[in-house]
Amino acid sequence: MKKVIMGNHALSYGAMLARSQVIAAYPITPQTQVVELLSEMCADGTLNAKFIKVESEHSAMAACIGASAAGARAFTATSAQGLALMHEMLHWASGGRLPVVLGNINRAMAPGWTIWSDQNDSLSERDTGWIQFYCASNQEVIDTVLQAFKVSEALSIPSMVVLDAFSLSHTYEVAEIPDQAQVDAFLPPFKPPFRVTPDDPRAFDGLTSPEHYMELRYKLQKDMEKVPEMIDRTGREYEQRFGRYLGLVDDYLCEDAEIILVTSGTAGYTARVAVDEMRGRGYKVGNLRIKVFRPFPFDIVRRLTKPAKKIAVVDRNISYGHHGIFAQELKSAIYGHAECKPVFGFIAGLGGRDITPASFREVVDYTISHDRPEEEIGWIGVKK
Amino acid sequence: MTKKKEIKKVLLESVEDFPTMPMSMGNMLWNKTGSWRNIRPEIRLEDCIQCGICWKFCPDMSIEIENEWPVVNYDYCKGCGICAEECPAKCIVMVEERK
Repeated sequence: MKKVIMGNHALSYGAMLARSQVIAAYPITPQTQVVELLSEMCADGTLNAKFIKVESEHSAMAACIGASAAGARAFTATSAQGLALMHEMLHWASGGRLPVVLGNINRAMAPGWTIWSDQNDSLSERDTGWIQFYCASNQEVIDTVLQAFKVSEALSIPSMVVLDAFSLSHTYEVAEIPDQAQVDAFLPPFKPPFRVTPDDPRAFDGLTSPEHYMELRYKLQKDMEKVPEMIDRTGREYEQRFGRYLGLVDDYLCEDAEIILVTSGTAGYTARVAVDEMRGRGYKVGNLRIKVFRPFPFDIVRRLTKPAKKIAVVDRNISYGHHGIFAQELKSAIYGHAECKPVFGFIAGLGGRDITPASFREVVDYTISHDRPEEEIGWIGVKK
Repeated sequence: MTKKKEIKKVLLESVEDFPTMPMSMGNMLWNKTGSWRNIRPEIRLEDCIQCGICWKFCPDMSIEIENEWPVVNYDYCKGCGICAEECPAKCIVMVEERK
């Protein structure tokens, strides 16, 4: 069934179709409609889940962790300051190997107080041991929630499904709502091998001595390394059932591109407008939208960027004192693996400033006209 | 109290033996937190009314009920004194630990 829905409701539909059993969340702009719709679904019986109202995001994640440890499929959603408040609990979920799925609406961090989009909230949680998916359409949001539960539960690693504030969260698009029976076949009920139950008493997450801690972390990393293959496999299964492949990256005209624009989130589709224009003017430009940021899809990124002469990364985020974060990742991915090619790092769109085709035109013009970047960061649209 | 050196640590030798989740690793078999105690609860059973409140309130599950009477497990009791505070019959006293 096709519906015109906003990005936030795409998350709600994903959580509903996944038959989430426990939803615990605290409202925050621009995430609010995600849990608003889910609370209505719980109230009218559309979704048979326990909806837990909590006093903070820290408690929301704590409730999801408890639910997941007890063997329930748990979902929550948040943004910016709310995600930051969850930070400690994010480690408890991943370290405890609990496959919670969290929808995060990318909102810039305060101060100055802001509700508009950039990626510094979720990228600040880069090292918490969560899988991170960055979506670019409402359809992709629904589909990715279902895939995220499947991958997370198979490998016991929690997932964040991330979308841009407003340019996706509040934008209405046509989306195919998958058939529930088909979803049930793709995503069977969550059955963890161990759970908190009086029938099989065990101690969870207790004191772990130096003799044992490192192996637990080694296992988490080893399972993280299995995620790319698992995403490809579940993405193909999803394609068979629903006609849409869900991969690690989404590439557009990269095969013969001399310059590849690397983007994430909705900026990718804007980049394609610029790519088409540039192609019209005779420049071989392509776009590589990185969908999965953690684990970083090293192999496919190396393969797709290999033919290019230059890479231009447009980051809607910054690691202060370093670069844009995707630019860092790109450099680390290709270092020592390909013919050394310049990576141009650009920062655009912080705090919800629009990233337009003109922004990408500026990026491409600079990249064409320079052999290598003159500055560490190319700032797009700053009133210098 | 059981001597710490008598306890064999659970040591997992290979990563294959490890659970995925940090779970049931056996650490509390050797990590006897009773050694942290400065004051110890002593129960005067002659005044005990067998209400079970000490058992219920102990945050470390270090009071067991044996044959309907409370018994302190000094291997794990940290001497927090909650049992003595909560006991309605005031039959638990905290005394200085001699080491």
